[in-house]
Amino acid sequence: MIGLAHYLMLAAVLFAIAVAGIFINRKNVILLLMCIELMLLAVNFNFVAFSRFLGILDGQVFVFFILTVAAAEAAIGLAILVVLFRQRRTINVEELDAMKG
Amino acid sequence: MTVDFAAVCLAIVLAPLTAAAVAGFGGRFIGRAGAHSICIAGVALSLAGSAWVLARMLDGAPVFNQNVYTWGVSDGVSMQIGFLIDNLSALMMTVVTFVSLAVHVYTIGYMRDDPGYARFFAYISLFTFSMLMLVMSNNFLQLFFGWEAVGLVSYLLIGFWFKRPTAIFANYKAFIVNRIGDFAFIVAIAIIVAYMGSLDYVEVFQRIPRAIGHDLYLTPGEPSKVITVICVGLFIGAMGKSAQVPLHVWLPDSMEGPTPISALIHAATMVTAGIFMVARLSPLFELSPDALHFIVVIGATTALFMGLLGLVNNDIKRVIAYSTLSQLGYMTAALGAGAYGAGMFHLMTHAFFKALLFLAAGSVIIGMHHEQDMRRMGGLRRYMPVTYWTCLIGTLALIGFPGLSGFFSKDVIIEAVKLSDTEGSGYAYWCVLIGVFVTALYSFRLLFMTFHGRERMDEHTREHLHESPWVVTVPLIALAIPSIAIGWLTVGPVVFGDFFTGTIAHSVDGPLAQLGEEFHGPGAFVLHAFRSPALWLAFAGIATAWYLYLKRPDLPERIAARLPRLYRLLINKYYFDWFNEHVLASGVRNFGTSLWQRGDEKAIDGFLVNGTARAIGALASVVRRVQSGYLYHYAFAMIIGLSLLLGWLLLRS
Amino acid sequence: MLVEILFWSFSAVLVGAALGVILSRNPVHSVLYLVLCFFNAAVLWLLIEAEFLAIVLVLVYVGAVMVLFLFVVMMLDINIEQLREGFARNAPLGALIAFIMVVELAYVLWVRRLGIELPGATVPMAEGAGNTAQIGAVLYTEYVYPFQLAAIVLLIAIVAAISLTMRRRPGLKVQDIARQVSVRAADRVRLVSMPPEREP
Repeated sequence: MIGLAHYLMLAAVLFAIAVAGIFINRKNVILLLMCIELMLLAVNFNFVAFSRFLGILDGQVFVFFILTVAAAEAAIGLAILVVLFRQRRTINVEELDAMKG
Repeated sequence: MTVDFAAVCLAIVLAPLTAAAVAGFGGRFIGRAGAHSICIAGVALSLAGSAWVLARMLDGAPVFNQNVYTWGVSDGVSMQIGFLIDNLSALMMTVVTFVSLAVHVYTIGYMRDDPGYARFFAYISLFTFSMLMLVMSNNFLQLFFGWEAVGLVSYLLIGFWFKRPTAIFANYKAFIVNRIGDFAFIVAIAIIVAYMGSLDYVEVFQRIPRAIGHDLYLTPGEPSKVITVICVGLFIGAMGKSAQVPLHVWLPDSMEGPTPISALIHAATMVTAGIFMVARLSPLFELSPDALHFIVVIGATTALFMGLLGLVNNDIKRVIAYSTLSQLGYMTAALGAGAYGAGMFHLMTHAFFKALLFLAAGSVIIGMHHEQDMRRMGGLRRYMPVTYWTCLIGTLALIGFPGLSGFFSKDVIIEAVKLSDTEGSGYAYWCVLIGVFVTALYSFRLLFMTFHGRERMDEHTREHLHESPWVVTVPLIALAIPSIAIGWLTVGPVVFGDFFTGTIAHSVDGPLAQLGEEFHGPGAFVLHAFRSPALWLAFAGIATAWYLYLKRPDLPERIAARLPRLYRLLINKYYFDWFNEHVLASGVRNFGTSLWQRGDEKAIDGFLVNGTARAIGALASVVRRVQSGYLYHYAFAMIIGLSLLLGWLLLRS
Repeated sequence: MLVEILFWSFSAVLVGAALGVILSRNPVHSVLYLVLCFFNAAVLWLLIEAEFLAIVLVLVYVGAVMVLFLFVVMMLDINIEQLREGFARNAPLGALIAFIMVVELAYVLWVRRLGIELPGATVPMAEGAGNTAQIGAVLYTEYVYPFQLAAIVLLIAIVAAISLTMRRRPGLKVQDIARQVSVRAADRVRLVSMPPEREP
């Protein structure tokens, strides 16, 4: 029987993979953005699972909004990336340390 | 006449103060003659007032105790300016003003060439004011005011020739040593206020029972009675002021000041403030046998050992200074033995003959063009007869020659100490008895070396030797008269009579009472003295001095050569000064320096203040690395924190 | 039974694709793996009867956002060689952190429920309307306000993206209508007074 716990576990695994991806990645800003998308996906999984298993629709509505915001965020993030690339001609994360204290 | 006592008291006190102010601030405008005139007028007025007061008191006027001004009230303790006039204070007032007037007149001659003439007069008038405030006060606060004020003026006068480094050293020493005594004094006053809730003498005496039976724990384990602590504290103040061992070290150095003030302050008045205070507060002291024990031992020790130092010193003023220390020891021993009246009596007679001796020494110094070393004097009696005869009278009074004033006062003290049952009075008796011999020895040593024998001064000085002017010799004569007569005339009523009844504590079986039973008048007293050892010791002292300094003047050096260690001990004043300078003063200075260098600079500035800044800087330079500028580092930190938080939430039970 | 098979197989692919996203060397491959992730997620959501969201995921997310990603990845001329370095250094730490997180979440789910009972079976929704209609019913009534806000967020995203990346080409001759319209006669014409004919 596939229960709530399975879905939650799946979401957890996805989230963990995304986090690992942030750590492992040292070279690619785009990969950073993609891992963020994965994390959002994991969160969405959680919401949908809870919504289904508790019988209320609020979770799914929330997923709707999350999708909206994720899309907006992806767009702006990529815009920033493009501008950054124009300036620095690199997307190597290790070279983006201008905010060093 | 219906003259208001309070007004007279105010006039007595304020006349010298006003004179001091005018002479001090306006000295430039009124000139030398103006300065000395106004000061002498002020002190003469005080003397007239004091004599009038004394006459009234002897006539049987009641004790006058009135507050003239309330300075402030704090927590029930009121601080007043008031006057308490009874036989004791009337006596002191008269003595103080008389000696002060004599010194004022003397100063006209002595300080004739000095540029600080008006300043000097202002200071000695100011001193008269302070001393009068002290003796006329009716409460502890005014007593303390007078106490401090005389200490201040003493400082100003010792360092009068302030361009001399020795004078400055001496006045610091005097002030600091006095201060040590004053510290104990004010602690004792504070304890009095704490237990008896008042500063007024009469109220304190009435409330004495409040302090009986209480204990203070000053030393670990042993409780001390409150009354003992108070009395010992007060006496330590007296030790500072009246120069008892070990706080005596300032008095010989105070000879750096001009001779008139040595006569006024350090013979007759300021140093007797301590004796006066103990006598005035005798109801307190009578209740503490331990304090009396302390007093009598200290007094007797001072009497004997300071006298010994007079044997080896060659400065004429310093010998008289050690004599003063010794005689103060006698007065203190008398107080400790419970014979307060005898102590006060000796105070009075001593004031006269010691002031006389100082002024005579000053006359000699003027004649010798400010030479003070006795080894360069000799045979002066041919050139300065008046000085010689008055000095002889003073010396005879000092050693207790029968019939003169000092005889009565000293012999009463010796007898009283013998009869006293204060603990330690056995030791005291031996000290004062041997002290008689020593006193006679150094006094006549001084007389012989200065006025008799071979003339050892140089030709130039000898040609200018002449008697001092009348302004110098008249005070000498004026002081010689009481030195002769006052003992005979007043010993009966003052010591054994009821002159001090009601003012000084008098126990019915104390030494004075016992002596009083056997007292049959001054003549009988003189005859009785021939049967006691003291008189013969005095004669023996005179004979020894004659032998050592006139007959065989080479002997003293040979004796000194035979006993080098003893001689060195005496020359170095028992190493008190060495101890104070090298152990105490240096110790305190080094302590201060180490506190400054190690405590302040290294520990506080270096470690705490700058160290904190340095530590923060170091910490910051490490923590700064967290701000790497890499976003994934930040994300990393966040996620690790999140995991830890989650783990903690899950694992806690 | 079928549900379980479907669930486990699609989950496996999903996790594999996620791993592919982070482990692949070529960023284009990463994007494509991510697309695969979303597809599988959509199927899983279909399993759970959230059809609307599943389709939206595919249409909007994959169709628009992932395409955008691909656009950018291909547009930026990225040197692939550089991207290979530095990988092995960070792997253990990242794996450790990920593992810890999974363990903690599993701990929550199975060991310490924190007093919450997880329902085993799905709760049947109201019959009659499909998932879409139901969502619509809730969205436009209770959540109309956040809906409008979401719209504004999107508008902001558009404006931001354009204003960030827009650049003017130098030397471009373009009409500035606003300036043309705001011209006044005095800027163009100047009346000069002069005699009608030349002096002989």
